[in-house]
Amino acid sequence: MNVTKRYPNAPRPAVADVSLEIEPGEFIVLLGPSGCGKTTLLKMVNRIHEVTSGEIYVDGTEIHQLPVEELRRRIGYVIQQAGLFPHMRVKDNVAVVPRLLKWNKSRIQAKVNELLDLVGLPAADYANRYPSQLSGGEQQRVGLARAMAAEPGMMLMDEPFGALDAITRSRLQGEIRSIHEQLNQTIIFVTHDIDEALLLADRIVVMRDGQVVQFASPLEVVTEPADDFVAELVGSHDTMRRLSLLPVVRALRPLPVGGLNGEVQIGENAVLRDALTHLVETGAPRLLVTDDANKSLGIVTLQSVQEAASRDSRS
Amino acid sequence: MNLDYLFSHKALVWELTIEHFQLALTALLIAIPIALVAGIIAVRFRPTTLPIFTFASFLYTIPSLALLAFLIPTQGIGRRPAIIMLVIYAQMFLVQNIVTGLRGVDASALEAARGLGMRPLQLFFRVWLPLALPVMIAGVRSALVALIGLAAIAGWIAAGGLGELMFTGIGSNNPSKVLAGVVAVTLLAICCDIVLRGVEMLTPAARAARAAR
Repeated sequence: MNVTKRYPNAPRPAVADVSLEIEPGEFIVLLGPSGCGKTTLLKMVNRIHEVTSGEIYVDGTEIHQLPVEELRRRIGYVIQQAGLFPHMRVKDNVAVVPRLLKWNKSRIQAKVNELLDLVGLPAADYANRYPSQLSGGEQQRVGLARAMAAEPGMMLMDEPFGALDAITRSRLQGEIRSIHEQLNQTIIFVTHDIDEALLLADRIVVMRDGQVVQFASPLEVVTEPADDFVAELVGSHDTMRRLSLLPVVRALRPLPVGGLNGEVQIGENAVLRDALTHLVETGAPRLLVTDDANKSLGIVTLQSVQEAASRDSRS
Repeated sequence: MNLDYLFSHKALVWELTIEHFQLALTALLIAIPIALVAGIIAVRFRPTTLPIFTFASFLYTIPSLALLAFLIPTQGIGRRPAIIMLVIYAQMFLVQNIVTGLRGVDASALEAARGLGMRPLQLFFRVWLPLALPVMIAGVRSALVALIGLAAIAGWIAAGGLGELMFTGIGSNNPSKVLAGVVAVTLLAICCDIVLRGVEMLTPAARAARAAR
């Protein structure tokens, strides 16, 4: 997939000369303050907003080559207020796009049940409820199931968790991540919540005034912010944030010459924050870092963690 | 003043009630499509809303005798001018509720419908109309009740209905006959109100709203 957009517009373009290329299956987060153009950019992909100029390619097809309804049926769409149809039961909400596509009944029903299970709302309990009988989090899960019903290769999500309480939000964040790992759709996700962006994204598009300031992995955005705006936005100066993104191997020291002495082990995929937590909790002077095959790679100490964290700090 | 006339002329009163109901219903069925077109125009093109509302209200303020006086020279007397008059009066109730109903639909549901790939007509018939329906039916209910009351004047121009009892009753100084007409009109209006309330509750949107309680 390959996305290029230009959107000039007086007095200043909402989205100005943005060019992005997104790999299939990537989880992309559009991040920025309100009014930065992230939602406009998202909604140009399914033509809720039209581009002023430029092209957008989805799976190699320019989106204006398709009838607009056909395009939208191929792209899942989730919005902040869920936007469920209040007069339809949960199962009918989820079945909307399959019905537009004229799937047969048994296929629709199987899909609805499968999706309700996937989003954690067992069909037996939930299929016949109306949206007004659901909590905000449950409504958003139905919104998610509805968007995925026609098995789109791509999902657009506009601050889907913005209206939810913190506990529900973090649970849904975990679930969308695991759903993404299972189904591997391309996801474009808009948020102004930095932690949400860092948690979910494979790559983050940081936007400001309709332009892309940085397009990079969460780690890179935090440790190598493109400019002061990005550094401030993502809290690059926040040590805990860096610790929770930097992999433990950054603080790796060679195995001690004197051999090991029953050190606490930590996996190489852990982040520095995990290492720090273990060091503080156990009071051990060092941790042994091992790979998936349980092979010893080296050690980390309080000092090496501290050096790794400060080496990457920039101001 | 007593109900003697009503009880001694049951068959006649019943016949006139049916006639009266037909008059109001015919006018309503003609008025609804007109109001739908006006209402949808008002919703789609915002600047037209105020003029359309104002015009419908203006029509409603014309006194019925004056309106008939305008209609009789071209339409004569009988059912035709009566129905035209009722169609005109119904507009205010219908247009306002159609517009309120359509505007009241949650914008996020409409955006979702668009984003999921509904065509404009699919969006209208599957989402927009069903959600606006309870308010629209409430408008139809008010209109029908008002038309049943207003249709009494039709008796004055030989259009039939219960107005005939009232006008001939006044002419022959027979209060019991007038009362029979009044009672029948009132009962008819109440019955129509109850039936349409029932219809309102059967709409999917109203059913969903009840389920939440």
